[in-house]
Amino acid sequence: MLQAVIRPLGPGYRSRRRWPDGRPATVVIDTFAAPNPRLSGFERIEIYNRMYWFRTLDSLHEDLPGLRAVLGERRFMRLIEAYLVRHPSRSFTLRDLPARLEAFIRRTSRLTAPHTALAADMAAFEWAQVECFDAAALPPLTPADVTGVPGSRLRLSLQPHVRLLALRYPVDEFALAVKDAALRGDASNAVVASRRRLSRRVRRPRAAPTWLAVHRHEGKIYYKRLDAPAHRILTALRSGRTLTQAVATAGRGVQPDQVRAWFTTWMHLGWFCRR
Amino acid sequence: MPANRFNGHTDYGIGIGLRVPHYGHILERKPVVDWFEIISETFMVDGGRPLAVLDAILEQYRVVQHGVSLYFGSADKPDRTHLRKLKALVKRTRTPWLSDHLCWGSVDGTYSHDLLPMPYTHAAARRTAEKIRQVRDFLEVPICVENVSSYAAFHQSEMTEWEFLTEVVERADCGILLDVNNIYVSSRNHDFDPYAYLDGVPHQRVGQIHIAGHTKFEKYLLDTHDHPVLDPVWKLYAHAIRRCGVTATLLEWDDRIPSFGEVHAEALKANAYIADVRQAHAVTRA
Repeated sequence: MLQAVIRPLGPGYRSRRRWPDGRPATVVIDTFAAPNPRLSGFERIEIYNRMYWFRTLDSLHEDLPGLRAVLGERRFMRLIEAYLVRHPSRSFTLRDLPARLEAFIRRTSRLTAPHTALAADMAAFEWAQVECFDAAALPPLTPADVTGVPGSRLRLSLQPHVRLLALRYPVDEFALAVKDAALRGDASNAVVASRRRLSRRVRRPRAAPTWLAVHRHEGKIYYKRLDAPAHRILTALRSGRTLTQAVATAGRGVQPDQVRAWFTTWMHLGWFCRR
Repeated sequence: MPANRFNGHTDYGIGIGLRVPHYGHILERKPVVDWFEIISETFMVDGGRPLAVLDAILEQYRVVQHGVSLYFGSADKPDRTHLRKLKALVKRTRTPWLSDHLCWGSVDGTYSHDLLPMPYTHAAARRTAEKIRQVRDFLEVPICVENVSSYAAFHQSEMTEWEFLTEVVERADCGILLDVNNIYVSSRNHDFDPYAYLDGVPHQRVGQIHIAGHTKFEKYLLDTHDHPVLDPVWKLYAHAIRRCGVTATLLEWDDRIPSFGEVHAEALKANAYIADVRQAHAVTRA
């Protein structure tokens, strides 16, 4: 029956009349589903088929406003329907639905061309926000924890609620612009359809390498731009390199004062935690 | 039977579901509410705002956990990682009992995110009861299983839904979360007498009652939780508490959620039916 519930819908968001092997779906479904005086077995299972898709599509629709703005509503819906067919939920919670979307977009570029790279960046950015929202906050590292430990032996862990992204597009600015446009729509009592048009009117950004940390601070999600060397240092620390090794990834052009300033900020934000 | 071993021998009154749009009101105004029901899955996370809100609520209120993903009727074995997360939450909330649904919803790790009806067979009842026992033994908390609203039925079924529910809870030796709105919705969708259902379940096992609103479509009723409770459901509720005794009652309102005050006022309408039952009992005793 699960196959009958999660199989793709047909036109008009109705259950498809054909089973994947070509048989009439009524023949297959009526073998297990009983009718009542008002509905056939097929029609009764169709209620569940429709609810499955409405529920999962609604969940992704809500979690991915930036991706919707990149693609427009119609292409967005086509993309996530194809995504859910390829990757039905493997988690008890709808929260995890977008987990594999970025990889799916990169693999299935025909659904998003010519904006595949931007769409994939946006999917990664929005999934990072979902992850940061309820990731653990471990006891932050204090200066006392590291005093006296040489950099060649010091390994710093990043908080689980910090996600590092290296992107081809400045999706953070685009996401803010979309949000602003939607808020202006709300303020003017615009109907949903108008808000959709508003979000589409925000110009897609030009490519520009962008390094971001998406993080949680006092319960709220923020995104902070990083310089490329700073991103390399944090990535190296996350992968388990020592402090000395991580700082070495910054490159020769970075001044020690600059590195110290970065670490001061990161410590202040509580990004480092005890292992 | 207000307090029994299936609800941890508690005597909770009328509660409402804890929902995001009401967080601000509850935390700022601290309204008097008997208890809140939380959706376990919302708080089975590692940190962030959900747990911060929950901890603030727990400082002021009694909380009972209600789940939507244990899928007692699925053939899959209980997922230990899932159960460990759930147990951590049970310890955090100190919930006196925990409820989830008599349904299935996943196959081999693929999830429907729905509460799918089961074929009412003796084999399914045996398997489901065994799973409930395993989960209860792991979680170390009383479990009540909730009857779901359903839109489909199966040729395979060998008994009525209430006979199936009874067989499952007797075999598992667990409680019932009796959802009277679900009984009403299913009775209309499957053409049975909802009062026969209510009379047919083991009343001494009812640890909690759910009430909610539903939506009428041309050919079926849908359990939408986006309306006030409708009159036929209130009548069923009155019958249920006459049969089961005044039992912990919770209003579910999950979509198009109005203000906290409106939801709470709707839940408190149950008091009128409770007063009638108490008066009737007093007259009987006199």
